[in-house]
Amino acid sequence: MITIEQRAEFRKHFRNNISSRLITDKIVKGIVFGCVVLAIVPLTSILLEVVRNGAPTLSIAFFTQEPGAVGSNQLGGIGPAIQGTLMLIGMSSLIGVPVGVMGGIFLSEYGNNKYGHMIRFFNDVLAEFPTIVIGLFAFIVIVLVLGNFSLIAGMFALSIIMLPIITRTTEESLKLVPVTYREAGYALGIKRWVVVTRILLTSAKSGLITGIMLAVARIGGETAPLIFTILGSSQFFTGFDQPMDALPLRIWRLSLLPYNSSIAQGWGAALVLILIVLSLNIGMRYLFLGKRGRGGRFRITAGR
Amino acid sequence: MIQTVKLKGGSPIFDKVFKVMAAIAATYILAIIILIAFQLISGSYPIWDKEGISFLTGSGWNAVEGREVYGAAPYIAGTFVTAGLAMLIGVPISIGIAMFMSELAPKFLRSPLSFVIELLAAVPSVIYGLWGLFIFRDYIKNWIEIPLGNTFGNKVWFLSGAPFGLDIFTTSIVLAIMIIPTISTISREIMIAVPNSQREAAYMLGATKWEVFKMAVIPYSKSGLIGASILGLGRAVGETMAVTMLIGNATGPSAFPSSLFAPGQTMSSIIANEFAEASPGSLHLAALVGIGLILLIVAIAINIVAQLLVSRVLKAHEGAVLA
Amino acid sequence: MDDLESQQVDKMETVTRTPIIRKYVEEPQYKLIAENIVASYNGIEAVKNISVKFRERAVTALIGPSGCGKTTFLRCLNRMHELSQNAKVTGKVLLDGQDLYSKRDDAIIHRRKIGMVFQKPNPFPTMSIYDNVAAGLKLNGVRDRKIIDQIVQGCLEMVYLWDEVKDDLKKPGMSMSGGQQQRLCIARALAIQPEVLLMDEPASALDPIATQKIEEMINELKKEYTIIIVTHNMQQAVRVSDYTGFMYLGDLVEFGETKQIFENPRNEITAKYVQGQFG
Ligand SMILES: Nc1ncnc2c1ncn2[C@@H]1O[C@H](COP(=O)(O)OP(=O)(O)OP(=O)(O)O)[C@@H](O)[C@H]1O
Ligand SMILES: [Mg+2]
Repeated sequence: MITIEQRAEFRKHFRNNISSRLITDKIVKGIVFGCVVLAIVPLTSILLEVVRNGAPTLSIAFFTQEPGAVGSNQLGGIGPAIQGTLMLIGMSSLIGVPVGVMGGIFLSEYGNNKYGHMIRFFNDVLAEFPTIVIGLFAFIVIVLVLGNFSLIAGMFALSIIMLPIITRTTEESLKLVPVTYREAGYALGIKRWVVVTRILLTSAKSGLITGIMLAVARIGGETAPLIFTILGSSQFFTGFDQPMDALPLRIWRLSLLPYNSSIAQGWGAALVLILIVLSLNIGMRYLFLGKRGRGGRFRITAGR
Repeated sequence: MIQTVKLKGGSPIFDKVFKVMAAIAATYILAIIILIAFQLISGSYPIWDKEGISFLTGSGWNAVEGREVYGAAPYIAGTFVTAGLAMLIGVPISIGIAMFMSELAPKFLRSPLSFVIELLAAVPSVIYGLWGLFIFRDYIKNWIEIPLGNTFGNKVWFLSGAPFGLDIFTTSIVLAIMIIPTISTISREIMIAVPNSQREAAYMLGATKWEVFKMAVIPYSKSGLIGASILGLGRAVGETMAVTMLIGNATGPSAFPSSLFAPGQTMSSIIANEFAEASPGSLHLAALVGIGLILLIVAIAINIVAQLLVSRVLKAHEGAVLA
Repeated sequence: MDDLESQQVDKMETVTRTPIIRKYVEEPQYKLIAENIVASYNGIEAVKNISVKFRERAVTALIGPSGCGKTTFLRCLNRMHELSQNAKVTGKVLLDGQDLYSKRDDAIIHRRKIGMVFQKPNPFPTMSIYDNVAAGLKLNGVRDRKIIDQIVQGCLEMVYLWDEVKDDLKKPGMSMSGGQQQRLCIARALAIQPEVLLMDEPASALDPIATQKIEEMINELKKEYTIIIVTHNMQQAVRVSDYTGFMYLGDLVEFGETKQIFENPRNEITAKYVQGQFG
């Protein structure tokens, strides 16, 4: 038992250090705020520079024409790149969305077992694969086999990148649907697959769409895998088994050229790309606003 | 009622078919991973066959037929140096941002702030590269590299060389900016997962905000924060376009990171840079695929460690909420 | 620098020790005064305008049905309530005449003088048992290891935990049983040598022997401390408290000497509650 006298003795050892501690606290708060500023500055600079350098390039011709010959007065536009990006998004979704959604359904509805846990784990691992490696893979199994750089190879690579994103967001959205919905369905004697497709997918619609938009925004900015697959081209679509252009790839190629006019076009293409990517991401934010989400596994990532 | 009846439709076979389809989709993910690993191993077999272990340890790089030699050591080193520097810069800033968002920011600021971080996460790598190449590089060169080089260039080895702006230093800083969203977002989630009762215990003892953070938040979330940082490391290691555009692309022994202000090369950047010159079936291509394989192994290892650390913390939190 | 600080300490301590010297001479004083405390979560009031004075060197029990706002009110007394999500509080809390709510930083200065034991035990899970108790001491600049050792042992003895843990002081706080954790948290609050002790159902997870020890401890601490204890156990309130407040639906329905509240309640609801005919 501590006596009153002992306690008085103890209290003598307490230091009145509160003011210095409060100063430390203020300093730390200042530093922490500085960190936030350090993150905002480059973002602001990037957005401003892209708009400042990119906006003057924009014109109808810029959107619709094929690129002119390198170094010539014929500047041309980035029409094929826009076409290619849109085609790649559409084609990759054709594989990535159904397979990803089905994979997500498996994890959420049938995946509460060892196999499910394993798939979930590997899905997360695949999501963090360096995309350049996925590009190399598509090059080996498609380009080398078909003997040609092609849109198909690009689509294959991008669909692999989409897959884990859609799988995890689908799983997450389905898990957010209250258990009672499932129970009600089963109680009425409705078949499981009908419950899933008619009841669960409908209730989880906004989450699903969010996941798809996240994935689309992600692959829209992917550059590295395209180097190995679609190669780049200065013509509009000529065939699925032919090389193709895409916005991020075009930006890279333009940035390597030693002409100011090319670099200006690179900024213009960057502006178009950033508008597409950000509007998809911002759109999904509004779609999903108010839901639990955004955090957790609904994470925005950008093309590498 | 009518709807229910309609919903009942379909033969029981469909239930099985549906489940099998879902299982196939899930298995597809696994199959892809295995196939990627297999193709990279077999695609790089010639280089392992010729160079053996010296592919990992050697630094020569010559694609001229007859004099071919391939060593990946400089690029492995370049990857770890740039990613490590990016961590050194990015992790403290990210933890600071996470702390601001979870502990300090007034409510009306939190949502706009996470929006800003999300925007930072949404910018494609190639645009970071473009910005780094034509905008940021000049600032770095004129404001930091040249003054530092002039003052310390002769005395400090890692600041030697003529500053050019396209080098390990610029690359690392841009990489740091690129991993900030990843690390700060996950760190924030992990900090939010710290139960308030822990903070209250520290407040009760008379702690200031910072002391609460040190006493209650950090110890509780430490492994998760480490996991978040390692996840950032994984991103930095696999990052391609921005690095390719900024690192200056040295090859051979000179690509060994010797100074912050010297050009270098990473595993991903050499693949991107040299791919166009490597013809199918050549040893050169096999070497690039081999580097891809090393990169993949490194990335997978990093990510598995990170996933385990992060998910353990966040799962414990979910359990606490349910309990 | 250090000298200056310790001088300041001396000055501060003389001020705070004055009441102790006066203790058997003067009439009992009010240590803690709550005025017009209104506390809400998400705009819903959980405490509706409570004003009450707590006597120095006395134990006040707060009783009332579950959800009536006891915890919320207790948490207003050391500015803990405002840390909850969407929580708001208005009113005044005077500690030795100084308003806790007057300035922002004051909360930190005053909290050290107000120890709190939470309803759910919340030891720091990664810290050792020893460090849990010593945490507040290090914060408040106690550097002398001998003194820290003495305080840690003394506080653990007071909560009847010393004999159980003296050989595993290095073990993490989370490795203990619920009741042990609760007592560890009491020891942690005692270690900072507070002047006011707020205890939210401190004996809810304890066995009868530990409960008895804690009640003995409260009786001992009463000689110097102002203690406010929330309890669902009527016998405990009768045994340990000098004053009792009965809360109901966010109001302090009745407040008075414990004997009077339990034997001769003025309010009908109080009467029903203390006689156990509630609901
Ligand atoms: N974090 C919170 N968020 C929202 N409402 C809360 C919160 N905590 C308590 N409340 C509400 O405030 C009211 C008072 O709660 P309080 O915890 O103070 O009750 P109590 O008297 O301590 O109950 P018990 O005896 O069960 O501990 C309750 O109606 C409760 O629903
Ligand atoms: Mg309570």
